[in-house]
Amino acid sequence: MSVTLFYVFAAIAVAGALSMVLNVRNTVAGALSLVGTMVALGAIYVLLDAYLIGVLQILIYAGAIVVLFLFVVMLLNLREERYPPARGLIGKFVGVAAGAGVLAWFVTVLPGALPEAAAVGEDFGGYRHVGLALFRDYVLAFEVTSLLLLAAMVGAVILAKRRI
Amino acid sequence: MVPIEHAIALSGLLFTIGLAGALARRNLIVILMSIELMLNAVNLALVAFSRLHGGLEGHVFVLMVIVVAAAEVAVGLGIVISLFRNRETVDVEDVSLLRW
Repeated sequence: MSVTLFYVFAAIAVAGALSMVLNVRNTVAGALSLVGTMVALGAIYVLLDAYLIGVLQILIYAGAIVVLFLFVVMLLNLREERYPPARGLIGKFVGVAAGAGVLAWFVTVLPGALPEAAAVGEDFGGYRHVGLALFRDYVLAFEVTSLLLLAAMVGAVILAKRRI
Repeated sequence: MVPIEHAIALSGLLFTIGLAGALARRNLIVILMSIELMLNAVNLALVAFSRLHGGLEGHVFVLMVIVVAAAEVAVGLGIVISLFRNRETVDVEDVSLLRW
């Protein structure tokens, strides 16, 4: 059951990613297909026993980041003739070749390289365990991210504001 | 139980699509979205390896990646807005002042 669900959501994720990258005419539609990818990935996280990450994926990526993209696209009010075209043949070739190279390397390395998955308890990846790891073992990293967020917030306001 | 190899393969496929999009498109917003897609592929790999390993370090790392992605999007879209205000474009080919 969960394997079938995994393939369904994987297909949704790949389809959303492809339609985001291949859609040259409409950036809003591209951002909406990115939402589909993010939600499918959140479901896959749940299937991989990462419940908290799955919830956060949908809250933050699908709920905040893509909405930020949509806000900016609509704020800029791009008309269709303003959309930049895709790159010429050389750029497309470089992009596809780099992607295909990464994928080929992956496919040659991957089969048979992984051991059996470890047995985990019932509440692996839930709030309790991830919270304990985050606030006990990695609390310094957690606090430092607050500095990063502050710097990004100040930077975004300064960049986007007309007059400081 | 989801086969871990297939989750890693999906992660590689999504990373590939994002890389191709970031290199082959000229729309700055789409390039930023492709970078988000690549970060998501990395998150999927981290979660899958975390499940394989049975530890929670990968989950903590994914949280950090999500924070960095949010900060990157906020700053990147701020740059897009100020670029559009000054140059009326989101085409990366029009913004080559610092390129040789």
